[in-house]
Amino acid sequence: MSHPTPLDPATLAQRSAAVNRWRPWELVLWAALWATPFVFPQHGALINEVAIFALFAVSLDLVLGYAGIVSLGHAAFFGVGAYGAALFAKEVMPDPLVGLAVATGLGALLGLITSPMIVRGTDLTRLMVTMGVALVLMELANKFSDITGGADGLQGVMMGPLLGRFEFDLGAHTASIYSLTVLFLVFAFLRRLVHSPFGQSLQALRDNRLRVASLGMTVQGRLAAVYTLAGGLAGAAGALLAQTTGFASLDVLDFHRSADVLLALVIGGTGWLWGGLIGAIAFKVMHDVISAFTPQYWTFWIGLILVVLMLVGRERMFSPRQWFKRGGQR
Amino acid sequence: MLTLLFDGIAYGMLLFVLALGLAVTMGLMNFINLAHGAFAMAGGYVLVVLMQRHGWPFLACLPVAFIVPALIGALLERTLYRPLYNKPHLDQVLFSIGLTFMAVAAVDYVMGSTQQNVQLPDWLRQRWEIGSGALLLGVGAYRLFIVAVCVALAVVLQLILSGTRFGSRLRAAVDDPRVAAGLGIPVNRVFLLTFAVGSGLAGLGGALGADVLGLDPNFPLKFMVYFLIVCAVGGTSSITGPLLAALLLGIADVFGKYYVPSLGSFIVYVLMIVILLWRPQGLFTRGGAR
Repeated sequence: MSHPTPLDPATLAQRSAAVNRWRPWELVLWAALWATPFVFPQHGALINEVAIFALFAVSLDLVLGYAGIVSLGHAAFFGVGAYGAALFAKEVMPDPLVGLAVATGLGALLGLITSPMIVRGTDLTRLMVTMGVALVLMELANKFSDITGGADGLQGVMMGPLLGRFEFDLGAHTASIYSLTVLFLVFAFLRRLVHSPFGQSLQALRDNRLRVASLGMTVQGRLAAVYTLAGGLAGAAGALLAQTTGFASLDVLDFHRSADVLLALVIGGTGWLWGGLIGAIAFKVMHDVISAFTPQYWTFWIGLILVVLMLVGRERMFSPRQWFKRGGQR
Repeated sequence: MLTLLFDGIAYGMLLFVLALGLAVTMGLMNFINLAHGAFAMAGGYVLVVLMQRHGWPFLACLPVAFIVPALIGALLERTLYRPLYNKPHLDQVLFSIGLTFMAVAAVDYVMGSTQQNVQLPDWLRQRWEIGSGALLLGVGAYRLFIVAVCVALAVVLQLILSGTRFGSRLRAAVDDPRVAAGLGIPVNRVFLLTFAVGSGLAGLGGALGADVLGLDPNFPLKFMVYFLIVCAVGGTSSITGPLLAALLLGIADVFGKYYVPSLGSFIVYVLMIVILLWRPQGLFTRGGAR
């Protein structure tokens, strides 16, 4: 084996550009996604819901798939964004874009505040702390029911027209395009980010924290940055939900929401951005199909899918090439 | 005051028995098992079915409520859990959440979603009051019974763990499974037995606590956080850690809900976060290898 020669900067730049370039199938998929609100205008609400869920899943992917932090409380950011956007629209001004920015800021702020908590400890500790933050927020939202509406939810959120021109209609046509646009912008931004040196360093962190630290990179700073960013994006997802449905309730902070998004992300595959999107679509479709014939017991089937998925192995399930290989340890 | 303290202790002891199995399996196999509450629920439902549909006496149901979840636990350990020991924590979490979802929906389907009531025998429904004023101590016979059973269990378990051959094997396996296996300890069988006993204890706790904690299909999800708090705060390397953590949690919860009911479990959660930030390895662990 020959000694690897160091690459000159020009080749490096060329290679990173090649990684950055959008693949043809990605463009095709995005074109298809963009077409859905126009081809199926009657399903606007569903498309909107899926787009929001996908944004939420992508933000979790940043934490879980890229930085390797197991979180069971990602709904905390979603909930803060949703309540933030709803209250902002109700009390300050009804413009959706300003509200979205405010909610993103709130989510990011919460991420920044809580990020020191996820740096230390074992997986179990992190799991507990992330879950604890979501639970604390839920208790608070329940307690201050004169602000948040408590168990009844925060009703009567009136949104102004988008960009001053497009009203949110009942068929959720505007809403679906709005959410898809935000999702696309975030996706394009993150695609750029995860291929940048910063994104690479995150993955290195996930794989071997000690080695990254000994390379001289700040572990805490990077984790804090990615957690803040993911918090902001989850906050944006929550804001989209509150704005497009005109409603926010305790449900946005529920444990079920954190678990669902984790499940969706795992179905789609962690550690690549499409995982969040594909997972969200698959999860919603699955939810619709299963709850069509057993509305009450659909969690049983979701649970079964999870169990089988984990026993077979996440990687093997979705890459047919590995189906015939002997399963090895990760 | 004292009544609250006593209720808190009873609640804490109950949580200890419920969560002990989780703490031991977590320490032993480094496996995050969120489905532990499902075994507790199984015990509770065994008690309810036997008492209400078949008219068994309360005391006779308790051993069954131990045995049935223990058998289920042994079976599941053999078939489903074992392949996941070496997987990343994320897989284990998702797997056990899936199992919990299945258990919740299945119990909902079979038993209905309503809360189950337990008809306690008369001798457990008495209540005594000692002292007066601020030092008034009201002791319910049922809570006294819970405390007695749980203390007895804790003592017996501690004796087994420190005095028997199985106990020393278990401790060796907890400390380092690979070296223990290399010394000829049948680690797999130790795992299996421990898992079964832990599930059985959870079932017993669920049966004992059916009246205090309430029993409905959402039980595993509702109390999952509490079990995890006991393990995370108490550490998983001994049984005194979880015991103290469970008592702390029980007392804090009872007092919190009594004095500031509108905040609900807020105090417990905040307390947990603070403790975990202060000592990420748990309050009562030495060192912290993992």
